[in-house]
Amino acid sequence: MSAELAEPASKIELPAGVGGGGEIPTFDITLRVRRYNPEVSEEARWDDFKLTMYGTDRVLDALHKIKWEVDGSVSFRRSCAHGVCGSDAMRINGRNRLACKTLLKDLDTSKPITVEPIKGLPVEKDLIVDMEPFFQSFREVMPFLINKGHEPTKERLQSAEDRERFDDTTKCILCAACTSSCPVFWTDGQYFGPAAIVNAHRFIFDSRDDAGDMRLEILNDKEGVWRCRTTFNCSEACPRGIQVTQAIAEVKQAILSRKI
Amino acid sequence: MTATQIQSPRSGNNSGKDSSGKIGPQYRRSGSSRGNFEMLAWLFMRLSGVVLVVLIFGHLTVNLLVGEGIHAIDFGFVAGKWADPFWQVWDLAMLWLAMLHGTNGVRTIINDYAENNSTRLWLKIVLYAATTVIIILGTLVIFTFNPCPVVDGVQLPGGFCPA
Repeated sequence: MSAELAEPASKIELPAGVGGGGEIPTFDITLRVRRYNPEVSEEARWDDFKLTMYGTDRVLDALHKIKWEVDGSVSFRRSCAHGVCGSDAMRINGRNRLACKTLLKDLDTSKPITVEPIKGLPVEKDLIVDMEPFFQSFREVMPFLINKGHEPTKERLQSAEDRERFDDTTKCILCAACTSSCPVFWTDGQYFGPAAIVNAHRFIFDSRDDAGDMRLEILNDKEGVWRCRTTFNCSEACPRGIQVTQAIAEVKQAILSRKI
Repeated sequence: MTATQIQSPRSGNNSGKDSSGKIGPQYRRSGSSRGNFEMLAWLFMRLSGVVLVVLIFGHLTVNLLVGEGIHAIDFGFVAGKWADPFWQVWDLAMLWLAMLHGTNGVRTIINDYAENNSTRLWLKIVLYAATTVIIILGTLVIFTFNPCPVVDGVQLPGGFCPA
């Protein structure tokens, strides 16, 4: 890799000679970005950007290209850019996705690709939303180990079967794609939301945790698990493939079997 | 214990910040609403749904398919059914379960779609009033139904009534 080359929009570089390296197909796309800047106007608007992108590029690469080469005022969050930190959840063609995990070639490039902030949370600027309401609900379910026993001198051991029980819900990266895809959350934003329930599930079914009953009591609320309408939007939106709706159903069952 | 340290929407000191022209909702989850009402409502929907499937398909079979089927339905057919306590209880159960199941469903829809608290309140008042009237009226009809009323000592017309 030559040092004097300008940094490409895509960090993925195929070695020459592999699959005709250097000949990654290019195509033209139109990225339609939802813009909002309260310091200029209370009205949000759409901005179209025409770009030439590569077959290996993701939506995030297109946003980088816009920000670095076309319009520096476009604002969005991203940290790791590799699907781990959960910063760049956004609504791409009407579906909640991580911009860093959505390849442009998988989208319909013949039409403009719309990119909007996730729904149901207050927009601060362009694609950046205020995540505070989301984290309020997250905090409320006490997403940390509570153990009443004596502190062990080494790590708390657990059988593979006990670990398996909540394995799926440990994958959450708190990107808010699930919660902001939930129609019940869109209404008034008071519902706890799938992400908070998933993170409660992670501790409720952890054999080392002693506060499961407390968490079930918190979620047995007017705005708790019973507002779930099993529309499966959350399971569909989750970039980590967590079976969110199933986790919510398991929490419902745990509350029921505790009460009855 | 830990709950006191956690800043939560229910602790009441988050009135939301809207000075910067932000759009979208704020957290105003009103008070703690523990109690099992929502759980029981959820459970009732599932159980009543299962029972209603049996009741309604039984009702449709007996009324529309058995014997002469749909051609047998007239005033006399209904009068005959309600002379039997079995069908009185059947129809009563169907009326109550269907009304409560439907009302709870609409209550859920109102909660999900009404964004304004006073809209929500008024829609629910109308809903509950309608439900109460229909349930009371229906129950009265089932139990006080008399196919051959006698008014002022005169039998009202009706071919199926004993002379």
